[in-house]
Amino acid sequence: MGKIVLKKVNKSFGDTAVIPGIDLTIENGEFVVFVGPSGCGKSTLLRLIAGLEDTTSGVIEIDGKDVTGEAPAKRQLAMVFQSYALYPHMSVRKNIAFPLKMAKMPQAEIDRKVEDAARILNLTNYLERRPGQLSGGQRQRVAIGRAIVRQPSAFLFDEPLSNLDAALRGSMRIEISELHQQLKTTMIYVTHDQVEAMTMADKIVVLNAGNIEQVGSPLELYRSPRNLFVAGFIGSPKMNFVTGPYAQARNAATVGVRPEHMTMSTSEGEWRGTVTVAEHLGADTFLHINVDGIGLVTARASGEFAVNHGDTVFITPDPNRIHRFDANGNALA
Amino acid sequence: MARSVSTRRTAVVTLVAWAVALLIFFPILYTIITSFKSEQEAIQGFDLIPSFTLESYRDVQSQYDYFTPFMNSVILSLGSTILALIVAVPAAWSMAFAPSRRTKDILMWMLSTKMMPAVAVLFPIYMLFRDLGLLDSRIGLTIMLMLINLPIVVWMLYTYFREIPGEILEAARMDGASLWGEIVYVLTPMAVPGIASTMLLNIILAWNEAFWTIRLTTTNAAPLTAFIASFSSPQGLFWAKLSAASTLAIAPILIMGWFSQKQLVRGLTFGAVK
Repeated sequence: MGKIVLKKVNKSFGDTAVIPGIDLTIENGEFVVFVGPSGCGKSTLLRLIAGLEDTTSGVIEIDGKDVTGEAPAKRQLAMVFQSYALYPHMSVRKNIAFPLKMAKMPQAEIDRKVEDAARILNLTNYLERRPGQLSGGQRQRVAIGRAIVRQPSAFLFDEPLSNLDAALRGSMRIEISELHQQLKTTMIYVTHDQVEAMTMADKIVVLNAGNIEQVGSPLELYRSPRNLFVAGFIGSPKMNFVTGPYAQARNAATVGVRPEHMTMSTSEGEWRGTVTVAEHLGADTFLHINVDGIGLVTARASGEFAVNHGDTVFITPDPNRIHRFDANGNALA
Repeated sequence: MARSVSTRRTAVVTLVAWAVALLIFFPILYTIITSFKSEQEAIQGFDLIPSFTLESYRDVQSQYDYFTPFMNSVILSLGSTILALIVAVPAAWSMAFAPSRRTKDILMWMLSTKMMPAVAVLFPIYMLFRDLGLLDSRIGLTIMLMLINLPIVVWMLYTYFREIPGEILEAARMDGASLWGEIVYVLTPMAVPGIASTMLLNIILAWNEAFWTIRLTTTNAAPLTAFIASFSSPQGLFWAKLSAASTLAIAPILIMGWFSQKQLVRGLTFGAVK
């Protein structure tokens, strides 16, 4: 079991409130991603749940039990750190066995569990090595192994993939998702990378300056962002925001159009503009276009759409997919 | 392009380095040479070739008690080092992993006490020792040596502990380790090289300490430093015997330093080079 409930959780350092007050419920078995720009308080929130930081006020419950004042060890949670935080003086086997040894489990059982974890994570051949002799991906797997052996009620991941190269990050993302399918244990995952958030999460929590901006499934956030911040943060490339007469004509202070929700043409359309940069990725082409009377707009065209710097293009935003926001940045229905 | 250094230049630099090293080591070398001379030879003037007589060593051994000050030196340096570590490990741990706003000030203040001339506090400390009945006692001197070296021990351990990433200790905490488990299974094994070199340096410093050992002892607790000093008094100067006693006093620490030099260099430059 691993249902985690935060009630008015507040964390302040001196007079600065890093997290002014958060209410959040994480259901058992959910994969929840905390996402937000750096300094938004997502790691602090994770560390509060872990018990590595003390709350200033508020209550943290795990499976209905108040654990606010409990030490990390008592909370039945396992954590994977950004730096992996492996014990450099111990072999892989001893690293994975460490939580079991601390729990005073019999040696035979420890051996069996370590072998099992190593098999799941393809580490069987590396059990006698030291962390220093492993590659980044292998170290990350050892850190995950150390987390899964003791069957915690929830896993906490603190930006676990940000030290890996792009290719490895892609495959580790899939491995972690598969692990979640297998174990069906609650996972809380912190990242600043919205691609990781979109691809892995059951539920995304978007944080900004210590506050929750929106909670929802990836597609909910993508389809109906509650405000400008979420609209701008979720989706890549970023949503285009247009203010001025174009927005006023639609009874809004700002309207937003995603780059992929525009029809491109070289002959006709609603907006006329000049291509400043064309990024040809193969399957897609991202165009940065200076639109007359609107400003700089990013648009996604198919890979075959052959235009270059200086060409004139026409854009028609999909009228059904225009997002409208009021002067405070909140979405209008 | 890598920087190239000509062979001639390397030779010159090597020669200069050897010359400087010899200059620094020369007083010790000459002490050792003199210890193998007879008393007549020793006062005759500068001479690098001794007659290799062991006469002075025999005299020092037979006429004076070398064993008691030697044992005192061992007890004082080991005792003060162990005592210092017992106090300094928790202190450095809390400064490195649970620093407060004043931690840096405390560290600077501790270091500043080492800048004060020892003689400035000689009188109050002497009075304290007299009133507490600690004069010429091993316990009193062990505490004294521990106190004067404590700032250095805390500083060294602090810089060592600071190199250990906090996330590893947090990982141990998440893995269910108690504070004790964290220190025994994770922190200490990772800090062993640092603790060892701190220990070595402190033993050497305590062994060589002469100001307080000479001031606060007479016979019972007198270590080798006081033993050497006693040769320059009543009977006049006996250079050869004094040299033999000095050689006997520095030999143990010189041998220990030689065998542990790698460890020591690593300890003293830790953090500066990786």
